[in-house]
Amino acid sequence: MTAALEVRDLRVRFDTDTGPLDAVRGVSFSIAKGELLALVGESGSGKSVTALSIPQLLPPVRVSHPGGSIRVGGDEMIGASESVLRGVRGGRVGMIFQEPMTSLNPLQTIERQIGETLRLHQGLSGRALRDRVVELLDLVRLDAPRERLDSYPHQLSGGQRQRVMIAIAVANDPDLLIADEPTTALDVTIQAQILELVRDLRTRLGMAVLLITHDLTIVRRIADRVCVMHNGEIVEEGETAALFADPQHSYTRHLLASEPAGRPPARDPGAPMVIEASDVAVHFPIRKGILRRQVGAIKAVDGVSIAIRKGQTVGVVGESGSGKSTLGLALLRLRDSRGRIAFLGRPLNDLPPRDIHALRRQMQIVFQDPYSSLSPRMTVRQIVSEGLDIHGIGRPGDERRARVAELLHEVRLDPAMMDRYPHEFSGGQRQRISIARVLALKPDFVVLDEPTSALDLSIQAQIVELLRELQARHGLSYMFISHDLRVVRALCDEVIVMRKGTVVEQGSAAAIFEDAQHPYTRALIGASFDIVPSPPPNGDGRGATA
Amino acid sequence: MSETPPNAGTGADDAGGARAATARGIGASWLRKPANAIGFGLFALVVAAGLLAPLIAPYDPGFIAIRDRLEPPSLTGGHLLGTDHLGRDIFSRMLYGARVSVIVGASVVVLSSLIGIAIGLFGGYSRRFGNFLMRIIDGVMAFPEIVFALALIAALGSSLTNVIIALTFVYVPRVARVVHACTLALRNQEFVLAAEALGGGTLRVAVRHILPNTLGPVVVQGTFIFAYAVISEASLTFLGVGLPPGTASWGVILAEGRNYLLDAPWITTFPGLAIFLLVLNLNILGDGLRDLLDPRSRKLL
Repeated sequence: MTAALEVRDLRVRFDTDTGPLDAVRGVSFSIAKGELLALVGESGSGKSVTALSIPQLLPPVRVSHPGGSIRVGGDEMIGASESVLRGVRGGRVGMIFQEPMTSLNPLQTIERQIGETLRLHQGLSGRALRDRVVELLDLVRLDAPRERLDSYPHQLSGGQRQRVMIAIAVANDPDLLIADEPTTALDVTIQAQILELVRDLRTRLGMAVLLITHDLTIVRRIADRVCVMHNGEIVEEGETAALFADPQHSYTRHLLASEPAGRPPARDPGAPMVIEASDVAVHFPIRKGILRRQVGAIKAVDGVSIAIRKGQTVGVVGESGSGKSTLGLALLRLRDSRGRIAFLGRPLNDLPPRDIHALRRQMQIVFQDPYSSLSPRMTVRQIVSEGLDIHGIGRPGDERRARVAELLHEVRLDPAMMDRYPHEFSGGQRQRISIARVLALKPDFVVLDEPTSALDLSIQAQIVELLRELQARHGLSYMFISHDLRVVRALCDEVIVMRKGTVVEQGSAAAIFEDAQHPYTRALIGASFDIVPSPPPNGDGRGATA
Repeated sequence: MSETPPNAGTGADDAGGARAATARGIGASWLRKPANAIGFGLFALVVAAGLLAPLIAPYDPGFIAIRDRLEPPSLTGGHLLGTDHLGRDIFSRMLYGARVSVIVGASVVVLSSLIGIAIGLFGGYSRRFGNFLMRIIDGVMAFPEIVFALALIAALGSSLTNVIIALTFVYVPRVARVVHACTLALRNQEFVLAAEALGGGTLRVAVRHILPNTLGPVVVQGTFIFAYAVISEASLTFLGVGLPPGTASWGVILAEGRNYLLDAPWITTFPGLAIFLLVLNLNILGDGLRDLLDPRSRKLL
C-alpha cells in the first residue's frame, strides 16, 4: 500500500532581492494512511513552507523547488498541471489554517462556504448539497447544525469557526489533512476540544494528518510520530513517546528543555503589601441612538479583589475576553474603575492627576505583542530612556545614555545596538527592550500582560528566566497575566482564575494546581497539562470573544 | 549575551538587526525605480525652473512687443514657445508661471498640513470636542472645492495671498481627516499605552508618539494637495478670480490664450501641458513616497 504522503528530499528556494534563500533544505518524511504526524519547529524553521508545498500553494513566481518530490497517494505534485492540482486541493488534500477569523469569507454564509467545495469536487446541488453540509457540521460537532446554515462567520465563536474550517477541509473525504497551527489562535479549553475532534475524525475517516505546530504539549497529546524541524531540515524523527523520552539531537533536547520550568520563590506572608485592591469593577457603557443614551454596560471586570506582596507574583489566568488585561490596566489607573485600590498603603482612587503622574515611576506594564508595543519611529535608546526623560531622572545626554546601556546589558542585549530601530530586532529581543524600558524607572510593581505568549517556546523560557532573575534582584512584585498555565506555575505564588469579568477561583498556586475546585479551572489545567480533559462547561461558549 | 545563544536562531527571521540600512542607501534604492526617479526628477525640474526664472528666462515676462505678436514656436526665431497676443515670450512667462505654481502649491501644502495636523490630533484626542470638531470638518469638505474657494476669494479679494488662504481653507479638511483617522488607530496601540504608563502627558504622547506615525500619510496627502492646489489656482485664475490678469501664471496664460485657440494654439497648449505633467508626476511621487515612508516596508525595497 502506498503512503498517503511521501516527501523525498524536498527543497524550497525563495528568490529574494538579496539573493536566493533556501527555506527548506532536503526534507524527507512519509505519512501512512490513518497516521498523525507532527512537524514541530520554531518560527522560521520551514515547517509551514513545507506544508504549503504539498498542494503547491506557495506563490509560484518567487518560489522554486531545486529538487525533491512530493507524492500524494503516489501522484507527483511538483510540476503537476494546475488542473490536477485543483483536484488535489480541497479534494484529496484538505487544509486547516491557523486563523479561523481570516480563513473564512466574512460575506458568505456557512452553508455557502462548505457547499462551494462540494459543488466543485462532487457536483452536488440542491437538497443533496444541503443534506451533506448538515451532515458535515454534525460530523465536526457544531451544535444545532441546521440552524447554523445561514450564519455568517462573525456570528460564530473562534472555536466554532475552526470547526467550520475543518468541515470544509474534510468535506470531500480527503486522504490527507494538513493542519497548520490549527489551535494557536484559540483559547486553551477550546484548543483541547479541537484537537480531540481532529484525532477523532482521523480515526473515523481513516485519513492521514500532518499537524504543523510549535506546541509540544499538543504533539505529546495527539501525534503518533514527530519530525523536528530546524533551519529547513528535519533534525530528528521518531515515535512520539520514544522521542520525548529519549531525544537524540541537541536541538530537540534544547526544545524539550525550554518548557517553562522551575518554581516561584517561597511565599513570604510577612512581606509588605505592595498593591491591594478590593471589589474592582470596570464597566463599559453601551450607548444607543442619536442621544447616546446609556442602555446597559459590559462588565469587563466585576468585583475582583487582588493583593500582591513585595517580591511576589500573582498570576491572573483566563481566556481572551475574561477581563484579565482590563484588570491590569485598572490597577495601574490606566482605565477608570470602581472599587478601592491601594498602592503601598496609599489609596489611589481620588488622587489628583499630578500625584498619579509621580506614581507612574513605581508602577509599570509589559505588553503581550512585542511588535506593537514599541514605537516604530523611535530608536531603542529613545524608547528605553523615555521614562527617564519624562521624570527627569539623570542628566540628559551622556548620563542617560550610560543608564540605557546599563539597562540593555541587564536584559542581555548588546548596548552597541541602542541606536537601531525596533523592526531590526526579533520578537524575543523586542520583549527584552520592553522590559528594559520598564526597569528604567526602578518600579515596585509591574503588570506583565502575557509577555511570553507571542514568542517561540525556547525564547519564552529565556524571558521567564529573565523575569525571575530581575524579580529576585530588584524585589519586584508582578501581576502576571496569562492563559498559559505552565508559565504561571513556573512564576506565580498565587493564582486568580477569571472568567467573564469575575473570579471563579482564587488561592495559592499549590492549592489551585493540586486541588482545583471549580470545573472551569479543572478544564483549564487539563487543557494545559497532559491530562485528558473533562468536558468543560458550556461548550465553545457563544458569541465572539474580544 | 552569554545565556541567549538560541535567540540568534530566531533573529534570522527579521534579520536580527544585522541590516541597518542607511538613510542614503534607502534613498538611492528608492530612486532606482523608474517611476520614482521620473516623479522626483520632473518635480525638481519645475521647482528649479520657478526658482531660477529670473536667471534663465530670455525675456521679462511682462515685456510687450506688439510687432512680434502671435509668433509660432521656433528653435531659431528667438521665441522657443512662441509669443502671445501682446508679443510676450511664452517660454519666459511659463518659467515665471512655474514660480507661481510652486509658491501656491508649497504654501498651501505647508499651511494646510500644519493646521490640519493640529485639528486632527486634537479631534482624535479630545473626547468632548473631538467629534463635534470633526463633523464641522466633514461639513466643510462637503462643499465643492472650487465653489468654496470662489466664495472665499469673492469675500477676500483676489491676490496671491488670498488665493493661498482660500485654498488652505479648502484643503485643511483632507489633512485633518487623515491625521484624525491615524490618531484614533494609534491611540489604541500598545506603544502609546506604554508611553502613558511611563507617565507621559497628553501633549508629549501626541507629539512624540502619535504625530511621527501620522507624518507618512500626511506627506503623501501633501503631494496630492500640491497637485490639487496647482489645478485650483489655474482654474480660479482662468475664471478670472484668482490672480490679477497681469501676472505670469499658467492659469493667466490659459485664460488669455483661449481667444486665440484656433489662430495660436501654442499659447494654451504649453501651460495646459505643464499643468497636466506636474499634476501627473506629483501623483506618481506621492505613490512612491507612500512606499518609502513606511519603515516596515523599507525592508521590502
